[in-house]
This record gives sequence, C-alpha cells and structure tokens, in this order.
Amino acid sequence: MVQPQTQQRNDTLLRVRDLKVHFPILRGLLQRQVGAVKAVDGLSFDIKRGETLGLVGESGCGKSTTGRAILQIEQPSAGQVYFEETELTALSGEPLRQMRRRMQMVFQDPYASLNPRMTIGDVISEPLEIFGLAAGREKQARVQYLLAVVGLSPEFTYRYPHEFSGGQRQRVAIARALAVNPDFLVCDEPIAALDVSVQAQVINLVQSLQRELGLTYLFIAHDLSVVRHISDRIAVMYLGKIVELADRVSLYENPLHPYTQALLSAIPIPDPTVEAKRQRIVLEGDVPSPTNPPSGCRFHTRCPWAIERCHQIEPEFRDVGDGHYVACHLVDALGKFDPALGD
Amino acid sequence: MTQQITTPTPPVAPLPSKNREFRRFLQVLFRSPGAKIGGVILLVTTIVAIFAPAIAPFDPLEMGVGSTLQPPSAEHWFGTDDFGRDLFSRIVYGSRLTLRIGLVAVFISMTAGVLLGMVAGYAGGWVEAVLMRGVDVLFSFTETLIALAAVAVLGPSLTNATIAVGISSIPFYARVTYGAVLVEKNKEYFKAAQAVGAKHFRLIFRHILPNILSPIIVVATVGVSVAVLSASALSFLGLGAQPPSPEWGAILAAGRDYFRRAPWVTTFPGLAIAITVLGFNLLGDGLREALDPQQRRS
Repeated sequence: MVQPQTQQRNDTLLRVRDLKVHFPILRGLLQRQVGAVKAVDGLSFDIKRGETLGLVGESGCGKSTTGRAILQIEQPSAGQVYFEETELTALSGEPLRQMRRRMQMVFQDPYASLNPRMTIGDVISEPLEIFGLAAGREKQARVQYLLAVVGLSPEFTYRYPHEFSGGQRQRVAIARALAVNPDFLVCDEPIAALDVSVQAQVINLVQSLQRELGLTYLFIAHDLSVVRHISDRIAVMYLGKIVELADRVSLYENPLHPYTQALLSAIPIPDPTVEAKRQRIVLEGDVPSPTNPPSGCRFHTRCPWAIERCHQIEPEFRDVGDGHYVACHLVDALGKFDPALGD
Repeated sequence: MTQQITTPTPPVAPLPSKNREFRRFLQVLFRSPGAKIGGVILLVTTIVAIFAPAIAPFDPLEMGVGSTLQPPSAEHWFGTDDFGRDLFSRIVYGSRLTLRIGLVAVFISMTAGVLLGMVAGYAGGWVEAVLMRGVDVLFSFTETLIALAAVAVLGPSLTNATIAVGISSIPFYARVTYGAVLVEKNKEYFKAAQAVGAKHFRLIFRHILPNILSPIIVVATVGVSVAVLSASALSFLGLGAQPPSPEWGAILAAGRDYFRRAPWVTTFPGLAIAITVLGFNLLGDGLREALDPQQRRS
C-alpha cells in the first residue's frame, strides 16, 4: 500500500498508518479465539492542521471504531497513529493521558455521553480538574465561559443532564471537549441523534468554533450532505477500509470509486429538472460480514463493474493526482474511472 | 492553535452550599410517604435501642418464679416468658442487639462484596475470572451453610454470628455490584471520561460508584432484614446469641415451644422483627429514588 505523503510534515497534525482494529470472537469454555471482526482493517491517511476531514460510510463500516482507535480509547490491533511527532500507539499510562489534553472527542449520543449523576458544571470542569488547569473561582469562571462559548446560559451550571434537550446536551459535550483547549477533535456523528431542526445549529457551532479556535476535526458521519457542507477533504470507508479520499470538490465532482459513485447518486438534488434526470446507482445485496471479508477488492460482491482481477487482487490505495486517492482496479493512471480497463 | 480560549471574568453564579444540597436531598427523600414511615420506624427503633434502660420497666434478665408465661397485662405489657422475664423489657433491650447485628453484618458483606465486584468488573481479564468464579463457588452454597461453617470456625457467640452472617452474603453483593459495573463500564459517558483523561480512582469513584449505588442500596436494605433473620436462625441453633441474651430471634425460637399456650411470646418479637425490617425496606426504597437525579423533580 502506498502511503500518502504529499503533505509537509509540519503541516500535518495527525498521521495514521495501516491502522487495524480487530475484535476477537471467543467461543467455548476455554474462550478460544475462533475469528475476528475486522472492524478497521488497514487505514492510512493524514489530517492537516486546521482542516476538517470527513469520514463517511454506511453503518458498521468501522467509522466510529476508527475515531476511537485514533484517540486510543479503543486499542488498535496494529498500525501507528502519530500526533505531530508523537507516536500515540506507542504510549500508555501517564504520557498517553497527558496527550489527551490535545485531542478530544464528541460522542454520537448526547443522551449517553454525559454522566447522569453529574451536574453540567461538574461535567465541564472535570477535564480542568483532571489536568489541574483551574480551581476554585477560576474554574467556575472558566466553566461559565465555556458554556457561553457553546451558546448555553451560565445558569445551567448546577442542573443535571436529564433536564436538557439533545441539542443542549451535545453543546455541553462540546464544551467538555473544549475545556482543555485541544488542537484536535474527533466528532463521532455528533448530530446523528439530534432532531433535524437542531442539527444545523450544532453544525454551525462546530464550524464557528473551528474558525475561532483553529481546531482540526475528524468529522465522522453517514449523512453525505452534512459531510460535504463541513469537510475540506473526505474519506469514504467501506467494510473497514478507505476506498477513496479526496478534497471535497473533486470527490463530489469526480467520484472515482464505484462505491463513492453509488453513495453520491443517492443524494437527492433540490432541483426538479436535475432530480428527474438523476441516475441512481442501486447496489445489489448486503454489506458482507467484516468477520470474513471478501477476497481481493472488498467491494467486488456488490460492484456493478467487477472484473476477474477484483476477485483476487486487492487494489492499491494510490494517489491518482492532486491528492485524490482511490483503491480500485478500474481507475487508470490518469485518475479516470474506466470500466473498459477490465477488457 | 491560532487562538487560545482566554478566560475573562463573567458573572459567577453563587455555588449552592453542600448544606443546602443535603437539605434538598432530605426534602426529596421524605416527600414519599413510604420513606417517611420507614424513617419514623427506624428513628423509634434507634431511640428505643439507645434509651433501653430508661424505657424498659424491668431488668430483661430478671426471672420471676411465680409469674411464668403470663399474658399481656398492665404490669407486663407484652406478658412474660417461660422464665417469668418481662417480654417488653426483653424486646426493648433486644433492639440493641438486632440493630447491631443487622448493620454490622451488612457493613461487612457490603464493603467486601462491593469491593470484590468493583475490582472484578473494572479490571476484567483474569482478575475478573478468578474473583467471580470464586464468588460463584461461594454462591452455590446456601447462605446459612456458609454462616454455619464460619461460626464453627470462629466459635458460637453473637459477635461471631454477626461476622458469619456478614461473610455469608458477600457473594450476593459482589454479584450485584459486578453486574452493575459491567453495564456502566460500557456506557458512553464512561468512555467519554476515559477520553478526557480521567484516572482509575476518578473513573471508579466519580463515575461508576454513584451510578451503581441504587441497586446496592436496595440490596443492602433487604440485606439488613436478611441478616437479622439469619442471625436469629443461628441463635435458634444455639450458635448465635447465647441463652439469657434477649435477642429477638432467640426469644422467638424459645417461645416456639409454648406457641399454643402463650402466643404472645412469639408474636411480639416476631412483630418487632417484621416492623424493623419493613422500616429498612421502606427507607431503602425512598433512598433509591432520592439518589437518582432523574427522580428529583423540583
């Protein structure tokens, strides 16, 4: 696998190399390992300082696991994650804990990610206490400032999470993540559990925070319109692998991988004349099991253009020009998708 | 990072004092009629236990040759037993023993059980396997049997019986705690706390413990009653409270022989046990609700 190395070192905040997360399947009295769920199976990508990398894919393709593995909340089975020059995957204990000041996470479900026994103030001040960043009056002031930053009233400090709506809770979760002044934030489908009317508010908050604080995001989502709106570059995941990675414009204008093409064709277009002409690529069959992924290209079981080679040889994830990466046998060296390549 | 989050000084809302929070907790607790009744019962029991010498009209151990098995009267409110001892005085003094047995036994089993369950659930891996299989083995024996074995080793006395009862219900608390810890450990807020960089101590005591308290409190309140009953059973077998001691279970057991002739000898200690147990259960339910912020509607 060719590793993306187009960016300058100091420009790059996070580098992921061949990251794998396999969950063992244990059976029987002796808990023998009979297999593994290959949730994330060899990812390599960079995240540049100050950018938003969108990560899309259908449910169960390993998006969330990727986010957690980068932050070392989930133990990666193999591969490396570098934060600036620090190899996170080599750290544990106290050094890793100290790194958590620089990278934080916003979880998918704001109904589950806040401890029901802690007041909003306690939730937000916890990171401050953990790293001894502020105490007493200063801590209180800081909490109220953070509440203001995410657009909540300082009066909420002594209330409990159950008194709030989903959108408000997600704001609290964002405030908690921001408390330590991180550089990097993993947003794991932060709006998936919210009402449509609230989604836009949270998205806008996330974007304005990036502008004001110079944050770098890994934004995980399955909603393509949201990803397009928020991302600078987008990675498309299928069954534990990234199949295509490109900047927003080239991905949406010129999708190379058949899976990306199918995904994009599913977005409705708010223009009746264009919508009427829209060609939907409907994929056949279901996503194969990550326990026993297909040989060769993982997408060949559902790919309308699959050729013999796709069944046997895993396509290389390679740069086909201008930082547009794709893993498909049917994309030629010039970065053109050409089904005739198989003939 | 292009810009730091600076800390200006916005208006700081006053912190509610611990005192006020506690008063609020009591308010919520005693809003439910059950907790009120339970609280009153336990308050009365505690007062009776503390002021037993002032309340009891007779010496609980003083025998009366001419007054055996007398029915309740103005002089002997609850009647007398087969040795002519005043039953009311015995029950009043017995409350001291019963409360002590119940609380000490539950304290022993809860401390050990919760600790075991937490360590097993939190640590996982082989620690979990070793601890929980050990607990399973203990669990497979009847509590009374473990208590009997413990008394056999320690020797028969009320203190040893209390310890034995405490030991015998450790597996119960360990199981409940273990299960609750497993549930909480997989919740997202726990992962969030990990991601924030919380250390083990904080994860256990700030995040897990407050969230698993409810089931433990419920088990503990029921546990007090179970402990009282188990201790009584041991007393009945001659392994707990030794004869002249006015332990409720012992009085009840002794009165069994005269049940038809003198039903009051069994009725009153039985009632005393039942009411005390009820008090613990009612208060426990109230506590469980009051400790859950979601129930704390203002």
